Amino acid sequence: MDLELMINSFPKLLSAAVITLKLLSVSLIIGLFIGLFFAILRLNKNIFINSFAYGYSYVFRGTPLLVQIFIIYFGLGQIEYLRSTVLWIILKEPYWCAIIAFALNTGAYTSEILRSAFQTIKPGTIEAGKSLGISNKVIFYKIQIPIAIRQSLPAYGNEIILMMKGTSLASTVTLMDLTGVAKYIISTTFKPIEVFIVAGGIYLFMTFIIHNFIKFLEKRYYF
Amino acid sequence: MELLAFGDTGWGDELFYATLMTIAVSITAMFIGFLFALIFTPLKLSKNKFLNFIANSYTTIIRGVPELLVIYLFFFGGTGAVMFVASIFGYNEYIEINAFITGAFAIGIISGAYSTEVFRGAIQSIDKGQFEAANVLGLNKFGKFFKIILPQTLRLAIPNLSNVWQITLKDTSLISVTGLVEIMRQSYIAAGSTRDPLFFYSFAAVLYLLLTFVSMKLINRLEVKYSRGY
Repeated sequence: MDLELMINSFPKLLSAAVITLKLLSVSLIIGLFIGLFFAILRLNKNIFINSFAYGYSYVFRGTPLLVQIFIIYFGLGQIEYLRSTVLWIILKEPYWCAIIAFALNTGAYTSEILRSAFQTIKPGTIEAGKSLGISNKVIFYKIQIPIAIRQSLPAYGNEIILMMKGTSLASTVTLMDLTGVAKYIISTTFKPIEVFIVAGGIYLFMTFIIHNFIKFLEKRYYF
Repeated sequence: MELLAFGDTGWGDELFYATLMTIAVSITAMFIGFLFALIFTPLKLSKNKFLNFIANSYTTIIRGVPELLVIYLFFFGGTGAVMFVASIFGYNEYIEINAFITGAFAIGIISGAYSTEVFRGAIQSIDKGQFEAANVLGLNKFGKFFKIILPQTLRLAIPNLSNVWQITLKDTSLISVTGLVEIMRQSYIAAGSTRDPLFFYSFAAVLYLLLTFVSMKLINRLEVKYSRGY
């Protein structure tokens, strides 16, 4: 055990964890909107819209995140046309490529979580709203969405933790996130166990915080 | 399509073998995972606090730390650990472990943590009366487990194990960082030498979709088989 290395690498890994958290929070926020959008499409009765949304979630849940990042980072740059558009400003940055991939990935899982949450809402609740003379729009925003969000909290908490682990793949497209820096230190010092303990400890700490935060929300919005 | 030709001119045969490699690693990893689950599930269910603690640390750490970090630990640390063990037995030559074993072991440990949770949940949700009935019938421990508990556990566990299988299958793409030539690594090589990453990575995505689709179909059959009593 090389304690000195562990102490020395701690600040470096901690500052890399900030990048991990940035990647996580930005992609979760974008992913939540994507997920909500596709969950609503899934509930649509039109078979084309419905199967389009299903296809999206099937493809993104059925392929590894690594493939998705590589397609976006290495693949899209190959299209000449894209290089000449404004999009290229975003797509040439590994940071944004990673975020796009993460957001689309978590969006697919979130849409499934929200869809099943929408489907578990008892019809009586919606009927009650209708009999009170509330318009369909207001029923959706004020009754269905809040209940669906509460219902999906436990599953969404898991998704956040999975996504946090997913952000480690950003290191494969040259980003120096927590895993990226950990790998760099391991490959320069050849002390994998020490670095693993420190980096893994930081990850576990973040998991712990997220887990308890979700638990707190679940208690708070209990009904 | 030329790019996918078999033989020297295309990447078809390479990608085909790479797919077989992915399947082989996934199955090996899943199997190693089952071995880990076999050890840790009883520990989780045990009444001994210390054994509980060991099993809980295993599942919590593995499920809270990114797969990639675990793979790096094994990739960089595996050789050192094996050489250390070998040196105890007086063998001091350099030992190179191949990427397949390192990768399958790393993914296996991860998949084992998920399998442990699945088996724990399944055994816990079996009605207490079943255990009691088995006792009343005078079955010995062996018969009780294999004839009564295991079949019911499998029925409850298979849907969740199919999720674990999906996770394991997708996690094997991460072993490509260690140089094992599976789908992802082969696509990386092909993309590099043909300068056509969009095509090869998309094709890799199709291969993974195909693998998940086919395995889902097979697992659904198993599910039907094990729930025929219900």
